Amino acid sequence: MGNREDIALLGHLMRRAGFGATYAELAERAAAGYEAAVEDLLNPERFEPVDADVLYRFLPGYEGALGPPLNQAEWIYRMINTRRPLEEKMALFWHQLFATGNSKVDNPPELTQQIDMFRQYGLGSFRELLVQLAQNPAMIFWLDNNGNHLGAINENWGRELLELFSMGVGNYSEDDIKEASRAFTGWTVGPKIPRNPLGRFYWNFEYRPEDHDDGPKTFLGHTGNFNGQDIIDIVVNQPATARFLARHLYNFFVADEPQVPSWNITPPNDPDAIDRLVAAYDESNGDVRAMLRTLFNSDFFKQARFSRVKSPAELVIGTARMAGHFAGPRPGFNSLAFECAYQGQELLNPPSVESWHTGAEWIDGGALVRRVNFAAGILGDTALPGVSAIVISIRARGALSPDEFVDACLELVGPLEIGANTRAELLDQARSDGELRWDDAAADSEKRVGLMLALIAASRDFQFA
Amino acid sequence: MATTTKDPVVVVLQMTGANDYLNTIIPYTNPHYHDARPRVGIPEDQALPISDELAFNPNMGPIKKLWDDGKVAIIHGIGYENSPRSHFRSMDIWHTCEPDIVGTEGWAGRVIRDLDPRGENVLKGVNFGQGLPRALALRGVPITSVSSLESYGVLSSVPGVAAADERNKILDRFARMYSPTIGAGPTMDYLGQTGRDALQGADILRAAPEGYTSTVEYAETPIAKYLRDIAQVYLADLGTQIFYTQHGSFDSHFNQPPMHTKLWIDMSRAISDFFDDLAEHDAGDNLIMVLFTEFGRRVKDNGTGTDHGAGGAAFVIGNQVKGGHYSSYPSLRPEDLTQGDLEPNYDFRGLYSTVIERWLGLDPVPIVGGNFEQLSFV
Repeated sequence: MGNREDIALLGHLMRRAGFGATYAELAERAAAGYEAAVEDLLNPERFEPVDADVLYRFLPGYEGALGPPLNQAEWIYRMINTRRPLEEKMALFWHQLFATGNSKVDNPPELTQQIDMFRQYGLGSFRELLVQLAQNPAMIFWLDNNGNHLGAINENWGRELLELFSMGVGNYSEDDIKEASRAFTGWTVGPKIPRNPLGRFYWNFEYRPEDHDDGPKTFLGHTGNFNGQDIIDIVVNQPATARFLARHLYNFFVADEPQVPSWNITPPNDPDAIDRLVAAYDESNGDVRAMLRTLFNSDFFKQARFSRVKSPAELVIGTARMAGHFAGPRPGFNSLAFECAYQGQELLNPPSVESWHTGAEWIDGGALVRRVNFAAGILGDTALPGVSAIVISIRARGALSPDEFVDACLELVGPLEIGANTRAELLDQARSDGELRWDDAAADSEKRVGLMLALIAASRDFQFA
Repeated sequence: MATTTKDPVVVVLQMTGANDYLNTIIPYTNPHYHDARPRVGIPEDQALPISDELAFNPNMGPIKKLWDDGKVAIIHGIGYENSPRSHFRSMDIWHTCEPDIVGTEGWAGRVIRDLDPRGENVLKGVNFGQGLPRALALRGVPITSVSSLESYGVLSSVPGVAAADERNKILDRFARMYSPTIGAGPTMDYLGQTGRDALQGADILRAAPEGYTSTVEYAETPIAKYLRDIAQVYLADLGTQIFYTQHGSFDSHFNQPPMHTKLWIDMSRAISDFFDDLAEHDAGDNLIMVLFTEFGRRVKDNGTGTDHGAGGAAFVIGNQVKGGHYSSYPSLRPEDLTQGDLEPNYDFRGLYSTVIERWLGLDPVPIVGGNFEQLSFV
């Protein structure tokens, strides 16, 4: 069992690289050491995947292509029950970056396929990931590349590939967009089976040479008879691409940055950190895993505790995991999917291709009330297995002074660092009923712990990861 | 602009899932209607005629009565060009007024911003339902979203906390935990402000039912519950000008007759009770209700229900509304249909523009993104 500081650092790692972990799991991982924990996260194939047979028995009809929120619930089941936390967290990262929405795609199973593709390719070569993305049927339909034809281009995919998915605004010309779009003509989806009467069917990527513009193109200073892969080859070798990806990883894993559309005019908060991630990209030939290894082992990461506002998915899934809620197959995942949506992040249906705005922009009045009520309702419920384990762990410490009581609760739900206002209130709450004792049933100590945990879950500090 | 001394108020009632226009406002004497609807058509003798050509659905008796009093405007053939048949995309378009790009800002959010530019009243716009519809989404505009007035509140569901004094103690702690701090950074400050605003909104809302009494007995249906909540908040005079709620699902692909019947029994009674309630409090003159749906349904039935179509009907109801038909019923002749659907002939942004300019007294052009034909129902 590691010491408190080791456990606190592991808590930070697991909140960022996964969806948090119970205190017992943190202690176990801390005992093996921080670097070992990072390697376990970076190598998900060391652990069994979620058992899809069990999953689909409990969410039957999913592959019959029913609509939302079943596909969202399917993913939430995986995020809660996975033994490969970083694989799922990267799928969420790519979903937020390559935001594809059911509002237009209107084919939930196809979106789930896209997420599965992120699981498969999300920790590898960025080039390979972009090729997969360009051939992903949901993405093709979402950005109209099925309407991008020889002699009649549709620029939607070509533009977003450069603007939102790789380089960022200001690093290419309108001509580059047109030339890239020409190179992706003929990349389309096969004929779709009509949705009625049997439901939705998977789509297939189809390359149609007769619809592909094979003429010479000039793209970012290179000239040739480029096809789509050639465009991606050029894109991934642009310094802007390495920097853009580095900044996205920093924003998602380290600390909140300004909103993405301002990046071409707003410098990063920590330019040195971005430089180090860029160097990792360059040295590894664009390997995402190498960038993450650098990131998780860096001081800038380790020192960035509680400097990001949790996304709704992180809040909902992290809280449910900590409480041991919805562990294993059982009904009710739909309600967690709705909860994410009500808090402002409907999974698999981002508001637009520009994705969700993050950081403080997750929060508005309605969302905050939902976050507070959801987290307090769950962490305050001592009947849930994870909360019950916290109660048992506190009880094992014997009688506790108010200070010790507050510290024990904070340690077991994070360990969580809190500001002065919050601490003063929690202490006042603890003092109002005196020492926490277990030798007198009338003291109602279990209820006191539940209430303390609910107050912690309701705090401002709990909104941060 | 409304001729009331109080601020004008709009209730938006979204009929989610695409309400079937043809079986709501029935072209009951039109042979094309009966040809197209052998299975889910409504017999001529059951419809509630409002002209030689059109009739209300048989379950809309209470709304027909409001119509007879001249308080219901029917906006025919509403929609937009190249209507997609996807619920989600179409609802987005209605919410954002952006038919060509995927927009993120809601039209009602923009209305609220213009009504209260400094965000002084956290209850200027109130949504009743689960989650915020995109119509109300706009960064920097505080919206209160209430799933149930009875249970709404911060920390409303902490296990084991039931007694009022215990709850109050917790809320006081919440307020102090969210009180201003020095040097905690802008995000902490923003969270604190948002938390205190939410608490304030909840406190004000909680008081709303206290002063409310009514002889109207609303039904035990979701839409009746929401409209009763809206009536309570409206009658409490909290300065709310935009109420938003929804009912559904109207997505009647399968087994439409019983489903559509129940929807309109519940809707008609709830709406009629709502206006009775306002009348009882002599408060009906500065509120209008707008009903819309994302699109109408396919002209020809599919044997048991109807599939997604284009063009539908919207309704505006209220004491100050000039009842009647606006725009016109699109042609049902098979050769006039597009992919088997009605051709919309009135842009929905004109409906919004009418409400925004003539009722709320705001400039609609920046809100809906252009100039659209307005109607004279207010």
